[in-house]
Amino acid sequence: MIKSAKIKIAIASGKGGTGKTLISTNLFYVLQQQNINATLVDCDAEEPNDLMFFNGEKRKSFEVTQKVPVIDDNKCTFCGKCYDYCNYNAIFILPPAKIIKVIEDLCHGCGACTVVCKFNAISEKDVSLGTVTRFLITEHTSIIEARMKIGVFSPVFVIKAAIKEAGNDGIIILDSPPGTSCPFIHTVVRADYVILITEPTPFGLSDLKQSVETLKTMNKTYGVIINRAGLGDNTVYEYLNQENIPLLMEIPFDKTIASHYSKGELLSEFQPELKAQFISMFNLIVEKYGNSSN
Amino acid sequence: MEIAVISGKGGTGKSSISAAFATLSEKVVLADCDVDAANMYILFNPTHEEEQVYIGSQKAVIYYSLCTNCGLCVDYCRFNAISFINNKVEISEISCDGCKLCSRICPTKAITMVDSDKSRMYSGTFRNGKMVYGRLAPGEENSGKLVNIIRDKAKKVSKENNLNTIIIDGPPGIGCPVISTITGVNHVVIITEPTISGLHDLKRTIEITSKFNLKTWVIINKYDLNVEKAYQIEKYCSSINIKVAAKIPFDAKVVEAMVHCKSIIELNPSSEISHLIKNAYTLITNG
Ligand code: SF4
Ligand code: SF4
Ligand code: SF4
Ligand code: SF4
Repeated sequence: MIKSAKIKIAIASGKGGTGKTLISTNLFYVLQQQNINATLVDCDAEEPNDLMFFNGEKRKSFEVTQKVPVIDDNKCTFCGKCYDYCNYNAIFILPPAKIIKVIEDLCHGCGACTVVCKFNAISEKDVSLGTVTRFLITEHTSIIEARMKIGVFSPVFVIKAAIKEAGNDGIIILDSPPGTSCPFIHTVVRADYVILITEPTPFGLSDLKQSVETLKTMNKTYGVIINRAGLGDNTVYEYLNQENIPLLMEIPFDKTIASHYSKGELLSEFQPELKAQFISMFNLIVEKYGNSSN
Repeated sequence: MEIAVISGKGGTGKSSISAAFATLSEKVVLADCDVDAANMYILFNPTHEEEQVYIGSQKAVIYYSLCTNCGLCVDYCRFNAISFINNKVEISEISCDGCKLCSRICPTKAITMVDSDKSRMYSGTFRNGKMVYGRLAPGEENSGKLVNIIRDKAKKVSKENNLNTIIIDGPPGIGCPVISTITGVNHVVIITEPTISGLHDLKRTIEITSKFNLKTWVIINKYDLNVEKAYQIEKYCSSINIKVAAKIPFDAKVVEAMVHCKSIIELNPSSEISHLIKNAYTLITNG
């Protein structure tokens, strides 16, 4: 059943460091062991780390680009129209001094300036926002990594390209960027099911609530994994109960888990009971939400 | 003096250390610039003295009574936000980047831009001084603009109240909000963990701080989870002349402090961790 499944599952959390990478990589590993056709997309484009846990063979890599205007000083009449049309303050103009400049870091590549220039003074060039790379891990599994360039205004375009590269076949795990801002939304919007990772602490609860509110407005189905169970307090459990949110799994806090993880070792390799739990959780999700069309 | 606490990746204990710095003794201004996951207010429960609406972006909205369904906007939008759905043009709120081009070119002026006005900046008082923090509404682009507004406000509050030290709890990552957080501060403290990705994340973060020529310090948190990796981090730091201000062991007390809505300094001032953090702070502020 799980072998023929087609589903996108996003692994997300309101803030970083709750164990999103730990869970994404272990889920992926468990699927890999079962010979299931699976792809892990590392959408945490600011700091992609998933690949560190596997040995992959690079198969494909491409740059994700956006257009940025190039202004020809000889044709420009300094009419200022492009400056008016730019909604991101990316054009600097000083007509008396005949100075016009594009501030590339602020440009979103919307094309408005090119559209409005009546003097044909604007052409466009491509600039890189980051790369998407596909690594083959085993015969049936691969990791696609989205990697943003430092200082780029948003990782969203690189993330979108990486998810697109994953296609629609098999089980696709999306390791989402942390938070609930734009990059998170653009990742989970493509998912059939969202697994939220949290810690049983006041910080964890506050971040979880914000994620849940956001997913509610997006009409997504979701469940929660509590990581580092045993540390902290009961308020997260109370909240889940009260809101009727399924608790999918608990991963106990254990210094040895943390220390294995720090070495880049996969938990499910030496903790068979966790592996069994991952598999049954998967079966449950696929049974209920699989084979949809996102 | 502005001290920014940042980390390449979330979950390194950045917030706990910022909170400890903010409660060491002298009164401070605490600026929570981790606007996507603002947490400091949970620990410190500040009073709300001021609230300011932050307009992060705009979204395009179609007035169908004016729309002739000509499809021009669909062709012009570079963000693929407009498409025909059931023979009617529709704008996806998620994909719209707010560039306004569609609204400008629509022949019938059927598209208007609406402000996204759900994000907020707050300022108030907490038990060890003043606090400024922001909350980004879900789905907003975390562009660093809100971070700039918080920092400006924090500076103003620090002048008005004669509080010389501003502690900034920064966002994780290497994007635009991080750059806004650290530009022009006196000290950057990077919190790192000895994990498989720790050193790599740290290097990427140092790449940014060195671009801006900032006085940078490193704190290795939970160093005893992997002593070997911690040593590699130390070696790397000394090779590029960056001081490790502290090596802090793992202690469940830090989480316990959080559960009690306290910093570790407040919960357990005489613990080893509290001492290490105090020493680090003295080193940084005198350095
Ligand atoms: S619209 Fe064209 S001509 Fe006018 S200022 Fe801009 S580039 Fe120059
Ligand atoms: S492409 Fe858009 S964002 Fe870039 S400069 Fe032109 S108008 Fe501004
Ligand atoms: S350009 Fe204006 S009139 Fe034409 S489809 Fe778009 S909104 Fe409607
Ligand atoms: S404002 Fe720009 S991004 Fe939004 S729908 Fe219009 S053209 Fe597309």
